[in-house]
Amino acid sequence: MKDAVIHWISGPVMKATAYKPFKINEAVLVGEKKLLGEVVRLHDDEITVQMYEDTSGLRPGDPVAGEGNPLSVRLGPGILGNIFDGLLRSLDGEGRDFLYPGQNLPEPPIFNFKPLVEVGQIIKGGDAFGQVRTRPKPAKTHPCLVPPDKGGEVIAINERGDYTDIEIICTLRAQDGEEQQLAMSHKWPVRTPRPVAERLSIGPPLLTGQRILDCLFPTARGGKAMVPGGFGTGKTVLLETVAKWCNADVIIYLGCGERGNEMAGVLDEFPHLEDPVTKRPLMERMVVIANTSNMPVAAREASIYTGVTVAEYFRDQGLHVALMADSTSRWAEALREVSGRLGELPGEAGYPAYLSTRLAEFYERASRVRTLSDKGGSLTIIGAVSPPSSDFSEPVTIHTKRYVRNFWALDRRRAQARFYPAIDPLISYSEDATDLAKWWQKQGAPNWNEHRRRFLTLLEEQTRLERMARILGKDSLPPKQQLVLMLADLVNEAFLRQSAYSPKDRFASPKKQTKMMTVLDSFMDMAQKAVEAGIEVEQISAMPEVRRLQRMGEEISEEEMESFDTLQTALTTAFSGLLANVQEGDVV
Amino acid sequence: MNNNANLFLDEAATRIEGPLLFAHRRVDVGLNEMVEVTGSDGRKRLGRIAALDNDFMTIEVLESTSGLSLSNTRISFAGEPISFNLGPGILGRVFDGVGRVIDGGPPVAAIKKMPVDGGILNPMRRVKPSDFIETGISAIDVLNSLVRGQKLPIFSGGGLPHNQLALDIAMHARLRSPSGNHEEKFNEEFAIVFAGIGVPYDTAEKFRASFEESGALGHTALFLNLASDSSSQRLLTPRFALTAAEYLAFVEGRHVLAIITDFTNYCEALREVSASHGEIPSRKGYPGYMYSDLATLYERAGYLKGRPGTLTQLPVLTMPADDITHPIPDLTGYITEGQITLDRKLDREGVSPPINVLPSLSRLMKDGIGEGFTDPDHPALANQLFAAYSRTTQVRLLSNVVGAEGLTPADRRFLEFGVEFEEKFIHQDGPRTLDQSMDIGWQLLSRLPDSELSRLTDEQIARHLHKRRA
Ligand SMILES: Nc1ncnc2c1ncn2[C@@H]1O[C@H](COP(=O)(O)OP(=O)(O)O)[C@@H](O)[C@H]1O
Ligand SMILES: [Mg+2]
Repeated sequence: MKDAVIHWISGPVMKATAYKPFKINEAVLVGEKKLLGEVVRLHDDEITVQMYEDTSGLRPGDPVAGEGNPLSVRLGPGILGNIFDGLLRSLDGEGRDFLYPGQNLPEPPIFNFKPLVEVGQIIKGGDAFGQVRTRPKPAKTHPCLVPPDKGGEVIAINERGDYTDIEIICTLRAQDGEEQQLAMSHKWPVRTPRPVAERLSIGPPLLTGQRILDCLFPTARGGKAMVPGGFGTGKTVLLETVAKWCNADVIIYLGCGERGNEMAGVLDEFPHLEDPVTKRPLMERMVVIANTSNMPVAAREASIYTGVTVAEYFRDQGLHVALMADSTSRWAEALREVSGRLGELPGEAGYPAYLSTRLAEFYERASRVRTLSDKGGSLTIIGAVSPPSSDFSEPVTIHTKRYVRNFWALDRRRAQARFYPAIDPLISYSEDATDLAKWWQKQGAPNWNEHRRRFLTLLEEQTRLERMARILGKDSLPPKQQLVLMLADLVNEAFLRQSAYSPKDRFASPKKQTKMMTVLDSFMDMAQKAVEAGIEVEQISAMPEVRRLQRMGEEISEEEMESFDTLQTALTTAFSGLLANVQEGDVV
Repeated sequence: MNNNANLFLDEAATRIEGPLLFAHRRVDVGLNEMVEVTGSDGRKRLGRIAALDNDFMTIEVLESTSGLSLSNTRISFAGEPISFNLGPGILGRVFDGVGRVIDGGPPVAAIKKMPVDGGILNPMRRVKPSDFIETGISAIDVLNSLVRGQKLPIFSGGGLPHNQLALDIAMHARLRSPSGNHEEKFNEEFAIVFAGIGVPYDTAEKFRASFEESGALGHTALFLNLASDSSSQRLLTPRFALTAAEYLAFVEGRHVLAIITDFTNYCEALREVSASHGEIPSRKGYPGYMYSDLATLYERAGYLKGRPGTLTQLPVLTMPADDITHPIPDLTGYITEGQITLDRKLDREGVSPPINVLPSLSRLMKDGIGEGFTDPDHPALANQLFAAYSRTTQVRLLSNVVGAEGLTPADRRFLEFGVEFEEKFIHQDGPRTLDQSMDIGWQLLSRLPDSELSRLTDEQIARHLHKRRA
């Protein structure tokens, strides 16, 4: 079918003469290979199309077919546990070592469907009209949702049985009499947020198992966080680590304009790791969307919407979803490139003037919600930002910062010292922390907030004192201030440092985190008393028990919580020893 | 596919502007297809179709347009994207920047034609690289290990010995089997692809001579775009070289090391061409798509499921004004799997190779070292050396201001550590085995007290440091 014919083409942009009315953002298929594109501009009978695939070989005269609907993805039971490109096309397949434009999609998957409604029943958008079994043992099911924009009286529903995920298995009659046909999967336009019944205020924390996040800069479920950092500072590892250990039900991992080997790494590693709660392979709760840096740029622009739409789809099932987007800067650059090719007026650093609006729209899709079918769900967004020259005053960092609540800034100096995670505790912040203190109190950590404050204050004082030491020399600082330096070092070494690759330390439960905070806090109290009593700071740092503190994260596993009490006792004894010596000295 | 072979147009050109040639579209050709533009001088210039409309076409000439005129210009159409004819005979041969034999020998017998833009490696078909390559260089082997299939650039500066380093790696690189024995080179199927982009003749000659001397020339393919060659051709040189490398790796099943120098010249050419297209520049005049463009090159490295060969990339770039935040190293660092950074101060102090390990990184290191790969304590050793050396740099800052007298005794020990680290560990007079390198590392750490070694377990301290301290 020829709805239009190309008359101009250059790179990923083409213009065609239309023979039927097109809509803005309508998806089109171009040429013999049916390459995917999207209408971005209309002018009389001319359409301008942004192509999502390599356009080599296209020429004037080639046909263009309109899809009638905006760029959409198909959401269904086949998504979980799999890997897709930026337009949600499966990357699976033997022999597809290299990807070529216009490759055919795999056969639609078949699932065992069980109806949950009967003819005559009235159902609305977001309700489940059936479910499919995605795994026999232990059984796991996936609901078949009525698309949010549909609903009505069931006039036909198929019996239990095996169907492909695109077959019509249920028919509804809407109030206006129109018949609607449903399959296990449905299409949804990626640039349109899926509706919810109600957006709720933030809830409990998204626990990540990472101490610097959970204790210093926590994010709530339904929250939004950004991770800016120069190359090699640890954005990807941090996002992967959170993807591995956070307490979400479903993780959408979006590799946007990043490395192919990192995607391979995720696919290699996640199936062999266990969810700390469900003990199932982590891959089962993952969806990987990979638009690697060597894939077409325009598809990169779309991939972020694909990712968030898939995330919303799971949220609508009443699940807690976390979306990791690595890296949103590559998305912004794709936006810039597309905008440049369309000849739009460039704004700051060449980005289009609507960059800020687009960022706001994207992060607004994160929230805790009541779904259309009255369930609780949430979508947390964590986005990496890759500032050029590690300069945090560039547009993407600045604008993103306006829309997120949590700022996890990575520091080059820490990363170069291989101090991970290299989050800079002085410029990072969490707007969720105060609200989350209550949650920690209920978990048996009544002093969470005080400990947190104490650690942060120490770190801040450390920089101030180090600046002074640079003028005066460290030796000339009074003992109290030398102690501050030592304790701040300890906060870093004993608490914040946490290797993503240490089997015992890569994940710390809230209980372990609380124990560590408590034992450090009490060490600080004792050290302060000791210094007041005239003990030298060097003596304290030379205590063999300090080494145990420095290494407690790596040495004490989740199963050995009582070791923290042993350590606590050892510290108390050691300090009494020190004090006893001083007092003896006084007597003599 | 080849429906346009032998198709050509005479007297069709209407305008020439920089590298762009505009012509009447009197034939049915597709976007991005290869053309050859021949002027009255008889010289063939490679180009591609950059834009098409109903009446006209725009051709991007990828070699110098100087000497072309509107009349007497023939445009021949290949009917397919720019491709390279490849066969086993490319080894031992020298090509220009666009794959034409320039060593005076016969043409290469081709068995496979491959488009130079390459395909998109399906991330799902990649194997996570994890075969440790011993380069003989301590700063790399212990602290920034290279694995087969990695892309690890050298960030250098004008006048620094990056070419020597690249050569040393190419000559020494060998696999280390888990048992600690060394396999000869990578193994039998080892091959080198060397591409010089805008390099001076003597640099190119030095590489060629070194390959010849060591007997490596027989398994090397050289691509030379010299400083005197056209700058727009520089955009094609890495593409031809990497296509050859992919052929050797994924068709012939060899383990290929691709050395490409100097990517800075490539980026300069990209900037020049972009400007001549009238595109809106991004940072420092470089085009906004430089990240994506570089990615389509750097991503052409790796290891594929079910294929025996691998492609390891060792690109070299010189940082303008030694500035690591300059767009060229910055964008590269965002794409590659780490970087080896050379340092002018170390070079001045006579440290050879002058590698500054702190801004260096190997992202794939963790998958290729440790238990079952190198030594179980290798990761901890590397970690502790990094921590100690970075402490050194902080102490140096402090001592620059207050002098060594204002330092605590603990801090002073780190000053000494730093000097030894640079003189004994980083500096080396010849290649070292991994075990020799690690031994020096442990030796240096043994001078530090336990309280400063928080990255090591008690067992590691007992195992490696006690006897050295005694
Ligand atoms: N939390 C961590 N634990 C251990 N190593 C880390 C951690 N974060 C980063 N690294 C190291 O730093 C390297 C670079 O991190 P990466 O996340 O790839 O950086 P970015 O994405 O910011 O460029 C990794 O390859 C890894 O070796
Ligand atoms: Mg990254």
